Formats: sequence, C-alpha cells, structure tokens
Amino acid sequence: MPTVGVKRDFLFKALGRTYTDEEFDELCFEFGLELDEITSEKEIISREQGDSKASGASDVILYKIDVPANRYDLLCLEGLVRGLQVFKNKLEPPRYRRVSPDSGGPQRLIITKETAAVRPHAVAAVLRNITFTQERYDSFIELQEKLHQNICRKRSLVAIGTHDLDTISGPFTYTAKAPGDICFRPLNQTKEYTATQLMSLYRTDSHLRHYLPIIEDKPVYPLIQDSNGTVLSMPPIINGDHSRIRLQTKNIFIECTATDLTKAKIVLDIIVTTFSEYCAQPFTVEQAQVVYPDGKTCIYPELAYRKEKLSAEFINKKVGISESTERIAQLLTRMCLLSQPTGVRDEIEVEIPPTRPDVIHACDIMEDAAIAYGFNNITRTTPPTYTVANQFPLNKLTELLRQDMAAAGFTEALNFALCSQEDIADKLGKKISQTRAIHISNPKTAEFQ
Amino acid sequence: MYNRLGGSSMADTGVVETLLQRIEKLDGGVDSLGVAASLGVDHQVIVGAVKSLQALGDVISAELRSSKHWELTEEGIEIAEQGSHEARVFNSILLEGLPQAELMKLSFGKIGFSKAMSNKWIRVDKSYEGGPRIFRTVESIEDQVREKLLLVKQGNAAQLDEKEKNELKKRKLLTEVTVKSYWITKGSSFSTTITKQEAELTPEMIATGSWKEKKFKPYNFEAMGVAPNCGHLHPLMKVRTQFRQIFLEMGFSEMPTNNFIESSFWNFDSLYQPQQHPARDQHDTFFLSDPALAHEFPLEYLERVKKVHSEGGYGSQGYKYDWKMEEAQKNILRTHTTAVSARMLYKLAQQEKFTPVKYFSIDRVFRNETLDATHLAEFHQIEGVVADKDLTLGHLMGVLHQFFTKLGITKLRFKPAYNPYTEPSMEVFSYHEGLKKWVEVGNSGVFRPEMLLPMGLPEDVSVIAWGLSLERPTMIKYGINNIRELVGHKVNLQMVYDSPICRLDS
Repeated sequence: MPTVGVKRDFLFKALGRTYTDEEFDELCFEFGLELDEITSEKEIISREQGDSKASGASDVILYKIDVPANRYDLLCLEGLVRGLQVFKNKLEPPRYRRVSPDSGGPQRLIITKETAAVRPHAVAAVLRNITFTQERYDSFIELQEKLHQNICRKRSLVAIGTHDLDTISGPFTYTAKAPGDICFRPLNQTKEYTATQLMSLYRTDSHLRHYLPIIEDKPVYPLIQDSNGTVLSMPPIINGDHSRIRLQTKNIFIECTATDLTKAKIVLDIIVTTFSEYCAQPFTVEQAQVVYPDGKTCIYPELAYRKEKLSAEFINKKVGISESTERIAQLLTRMCLLSQPTGVRDEIEVEIPPTRPDVIHACDIMEDAAIAYGFNNITRTTPPTYTVANQFPLNKLTELLRQDMAAAGFTEALNFALCSQEDIADKLGKKISQTRAIHISNPKTAEFQ
Repeated sequence: MYNRLGGSSMADTGVVETLLQRIEKLDGGVDSLGVAASLGVDHQVIVGAVKSLQALGDVISAELRSSKHWELTEEGIEIAEQGSHEARVFNSILLEGLPQAELMKLSFGKIGFSKAMSNKWIRVDKSYEGGPRIFRTVESIEDQVREKLLLVKQGNAAQLDEKEKNELKKRKLLTEVTVKSYWITKGSSFSTTITKQEAELTPEMIATGSWKEKKFKPYNFEAMGVAPNCGHLHPLMKVRTQFRQIFLEMGFSEMPTNNFIESSFWNFDSLYQPQQHPARDQHDTFFLSDPALAHEFPLEYLERVKKVHSEGGYGSQGYKYDWKMEEAQKNILRTHTTAVSARMLYKLAQQEKFTPVKYFSIDRVFRNETLDATHLAEFHQIEGVVADKDLTLGHLMGVLHQFFTKLGITKLRFKPAYNPYTEPSMEVFSYHEGLKKWVEVGNSGVFRPEMLLPMGLPEDVSVIAWGLSLERPTMIKYGINNIRELVGHKVNLQMVYDSPICRLDS
C-alpha cells in the first residue's frame, strides 16, 4: 500500500475544518484509507539517525496515510482533499477540459523511429499559467515520485518529465541516440556530461542508481530535445537542468515516455487533473500533439470521460441494500463518479472521470456505491446456500493418523518445506539430482533453495 | 534432608531419638542450633531430624526462627591470626625505614600502606635518595582491628557496637549471617519412641488384623507425580484442526490443496491479476528453476483469460496490455490457496448444471518476503469460498460474522480495501479488549466478474471469499511473539510439549 505524507494543518486548511486524530482516523476508515502514522520530520530523523541529527528539523505534524494501490488519484494532498471533499458533499466533482492554446498551434512532440528499440511510447500536455507555492511545488514533485514508484513500476513502464516551457521552445523531438552522442548538463549539476559519464556518476547515487539498468545495456538511450537542441531529459534517468521547474514557473510542459502506452496515458491524466486546479483557468489542460514515426498524430491528454449505464437494481442486488435510483446516483456522485438517473426505469448513467482509471467494470462502480453507503451500514444476512460438507480424503486420513501417532507417544514436528541443497544432498552424501527436489530460481537466502 | 517415601536413615534415627530425649528433658523447648552444638553434629543433621519428625504427625512442634550473627570472612580470619594489614606494614618498617617499592611487593603492602598512612602510623619521605622511603612516626601501635576481630571470633560480637561492626563489614572482614534454626517443643502426640510409619497396607495386615495397631504415613497429595510418557501435537496443527472443525460445522467442503507448486496461470492470471503486478515480482514470489514451466492448460479457457486481460470483455475495459503466454507458464511456489479456489471454481463451471458450493482450505503458501519476527517465507493460509446465485455484500458480512463468532469474536467492522481479484474488497477488523483498539483479523471480497465469467460460470452467480493466516491467531492464542519459535526446525520442542489444548471460542 503506498503511503502519502501530508502536513496535517495544510490538509485541514484545504478541507475547510479541523479534525481530532480520532475523527480523521474514522473518516479514513469509512473512505478506505488508513491513517498509518502521526509524526513529524523531526521524529522521523530522530528515529532513523539519532536525536542529535534531528535538532534542526521541522516539528510540523505529518499524517502518513495509506492509500489503496489502485487509487492513483489519491497519491498527494490535492488528490486526497478532492476525494474527501467530494465524499463529504462539500465539493462538486470538478470537470476537466482539454483546451487549445490561445494562439498558435499546440506544442508538438515528434517521436523518431530510433525509440522503438528502447522506449517506444510518449505522451505530452501543457499546464498553462500555473501558480506554485512552496507546498504546491513540493507536492508536484512528490506526486511524480509516488507515481514512478507505483503504476510506473519504478520508472520501467513510464517515466515522467516536467519542464519550464518558457525556457525551451518546441517542436520537441523524442529520439534515441548512442550514449557517446548524448551530452548535456543534468539537473543539479554545474557542468555537462556525456550519457556514458552519467551512468558512472549515478552509480553511487542512492536514488538514481536503481534506474540505470533500465537503459544501461541498450545500444541507444532515449533523449528529448527542443528545437534548439537543448536537452529536456534523458528518460528514465534524469532531466536537464536548463528546463528545471522553479517556484516562479508559470507554464509547464509535461512528457511521459513509456513501454506501456495505456499506463502513460493514465499517468499523464492523473498529473494534469490533479494540478490543473492551480492554473489561471482552473481544471483546464492545454493540449499537445504527438507525432509518430509513421506520420500519424495524436492529441493528448486524453482526459476521457467514459459513460456507463447500469441499473439501480444491479447495485441494490449486489450490495444487499435497497435504495432508490436517485439516492444511488447521489451516492456515486460522492465518489467522484458523476451520475444521473436517465429516466428509463431505474437506469443510471455514470460518468467515469479520467481521475478514476481504476474503474474498469460495473463492479468497481458497485463497490463505490457501497463505500458511499457505508460498509458498516449494510445489513448482514445469512446466505441461504445449503450444502453438505465433505472432507478431503487425504486430510481426513491425516487427521486420524495424527491423533493415534500422538497417543502412541510421538511428538508432532512442523518443519519448513524449503531447505538447502546441503541439507538434503551434500551432507547426506547424495547427489542433488537423485533427490526429487524442485529448485527455486530466486531464493532470498541460501537456507531456502 | 526432606524425607521421601522410604523412612529415616540409620544415622538419623539415632539423632532423632536423642533429640526427642532432649526435648523431654527440657520442658520449655530446645533450640536446634544449641542441640547441634552440644551433640557436636552439623546443624543440618538436626534440621533433617526435625523434618522427619514432622512427617510423623504432631510428635513435635517446630517453630522456624531466624537469627543473625556475625562471622569472620576468610580475610577476617587471616587478619585475626596474623594481624591487620596496617599493623604488619608497621611491623615491617625497621628503624632505618623501608623503601616504598619494597613495601609494595609484600602481599599486605598496598592496603596496609594506605591504612597506616591514614592512621598516621607512618610517613613517606619522597625525596630520599634511592627512592621514596617509609618511616615510622610512632613508637608502637595498637592493632585494634585485630582485637575486634578476635572478639567476634570468640563469639563476643555483642561487645562491639553497630558502627564498628559495619566498618569491618565494609572492609569485608565481617559478614552478617542469617541462621535459620528451629525452636522445638513437644507436640500433642509426643513420645520418645518413634514408631516407624507404614507406607503400604498389605493383604497380610488386613488378614491378621494388625493394621489396627499400625501407624500409617499420610499421603502427600501436594507432591508432584511422575509425568507419564506421552506424545504431543504441534500447537499450530491443533489450531488448524479447530478451524477445520469450524468450516465443517458450517457446511464447507475441503478443497484438494496438496500441491505446493502452481503455474502462474492459475495463481495469478486466472484470478485477473495482471502480469505486471508487483506481487508477481522476483521480490515477492518464488519462481522455480526446475521444473521451470508448466505446459498443460485448458486452452479455450486460457484464450478467454488472455482476452479479458488484454482487451477486456464481459463488461470490462480490461487492463489493456500485452498478455504473454511465457509469463503464465512460469512455475512458482503458490502465493495463496486462492489458486486452488480458482481451479475448483473452473471445475464447477464445467458442470452441466450449476450447483451452489461452499469450499474451504487451510494449507501452506510461500512468499519471498523479508523475514522478521512475524513473517516467514512459508506460512499457512485459511480460506473460505461460497458460490451461489445472487449473493450480496450483506451475505459476505453475514458469513464472516458466523465464522468469527465461532472464534469467540463478535464485534466486527468492515473497511473498504483493494485486492486485484476482488471487488468490492473488505478488510475485517475486530475489537481487541486488551489493546482497546480495532485490529485486522482478515481480508475478504467478492470475486471480480473478469475472473468468473471467462470460466463459464453463469452471470447471476456471485462468489464471496475470505482469508486469514493460521499463524497469527495461533501466536496470539499461545502467547508466542516470534514466529520462528512456532514453526520450523529451530523450535524449542518444550513449547510443543507444554502447549495446552486449543479452545478457539474461549
């Protein structure tokens, strides 16, 4: 379960009220979150490195909240607040729109054929006239990190790059070049490095070294450049320092390169929907055009709203409640699934927003209805299933034998199934191939092979 | 010293009789220490005699007393004989003095030196030629320490006051010894002769009637008996038996789980868990190198599974990724018994006509996780499954309530959760009276249609399921904190010998 750390007071400010720890814990329980820990930066450092190192750190109370693994929209403070506010009926689910730029054409990202060998897909979008504060900026960076760890499977499936649009100029090219041909000044460095040098440089970096194997052995490395040849990033490793985002940045160009296109689209949608609330025109995202090697083009972000129809009876039956069609529509709307009765019998039309990629079947919608109703409000009933039980014959015999073996004076031992090669072959003077043991390819210790 | 079922030994009997005679003579009572001293025997012998008399009934009445007295320590004895360290230091210094270095070589030199200095019996001339030299400052001395110790040795410790005694105690020359002695007086059935008590009633005694004159040794019901040789069942298995009972009582049939090895197909793919899911990682699952791949699958079903993952269908959007056969073929050590449930449900779906079922299993699963006090690479999972038409979330809660009531748990709360193969999913919490908080006791959910429909189960059939681990409730019930003390070959077998019967509902 991913854990999101938020500053408690900021959270309460955004929610519009304060809660006691117990009240907030209760709210999390209802919604499906878990308030895992209440701590502060100081406490964390103190615990990990000792009190002396913690003396200058912040005392600000942090809530560590566990979020279900499939809710990418709740991975930062903004997402949590939005989810909870809509849940408590304090906010209407926002409506996200993709817009064209005020003047000129959309930003273009041209993919060349070389990328096919290493990281074929890319999507892009623009956040226009955004205003950052230190907290929003930190949250923006954190969200990317959380997405990288989760749905992006540690950047191997998708890698996110965000850039200050005012420092670069399109059209942008997404290509792949030999490591020796890549040279740029990466984030937080003062001089230029070739890609080969960067691989050595980051080998000792505690954060980045885990991502090196994703492209290390490939003949070409992915590279994104602008029309002047300025390097935006070398995914999935590091961005260029030139286009780094600052507090004052107003326009952001976001690119996601990937080996899985579906996930790239989801990731892009999540980032833009979450932070578009800080744009001058809230909840709008400026489109970008991606050009494929074969000339085809595609506009992103998708921001697709999908509609699905289901009946109130379906929900009532599956959950075990009996609510009216209107009421169910209201329950679903509280979960950010905007719903309306269509007027045809008990049919409801549900709109699934781009922030809910976890909803892929009507049963996901049904679960949300149940959560909004409150699991603990559902009446429990006994299934009328009549069955006659049978014991598995092997187990039945085992149970009988156990009893009598113990009565005969033997003590039952419970051993591990996993053992080492030494124990069953070498130490007994046998060849391992003669035993009919199965072998594990990835044991954690030599004890269990 | 304590007499066992036999009787007193020959030597003791003599002492016992003498003791009885003494008691008779001195009406007021005798002190065991005094008797020991006057008889010239070790005090413990008298104690033994007292105890054997006590076993005979009310022959004597012995009151336990403790008294303290002072004794010389070994060092104290040495000093009493040879004089205190400081006195010996003084006596070793002749008129012309003694080099300090030489003095320090003597066994009593160091301590004696500092004591003598503080008593102002000697002085040091540091600037003497050839090294510091010690001289007497007084003509003669009185070795008070030795004199005091001699007093104690002679038994006249009372002549010293508390302060002096404590000082000597600090120097480790005296110790206070607590002596337990008995004050012995006549009992209600006192006699100077001891009749041997009989330990057994023999047929002869009954036949001759001699039992009427004999005194019998009373049974000691407080004594620990000899433990009989017996076998033992392992506590984890005892708990397993109880859970099995509970399921059978609720009408659940046992699933055949006698296969630790499973293909990724049945363990993950058929459950609609995507191939890129982290649980299928090297870090969480044990993959086999030999035999590495499985080859037999129901091919039509496999195609439907492939489709629902990659394209969707059955009302689902699907995961939309490239589903690979090679991934599904990989053999693993199963990570949950839900793989067996999937096989059973598939089998159920192949039936001509659908019949509702209730299945359960309790068996071993394997996870390649980091090991710690509560996690092992292999553990046991308990799983229950109900498949019927039109089951609801309310029914799942009902079944869970019934199940947990049999464990003595009645207060339950449900929390929305996430599992790749169930939707809705609920974590089950119960209220722990001791910790005064809600703790998680299990996980549950309704299987996703993307899992059930490709198998061929009718659309109106719902399958509800729940699971928990076997180790956790066992550790709680038997008060074991470290799982390695419960399972495996490094377990202390005494734990198995001592574990009580398993009663889950109390």
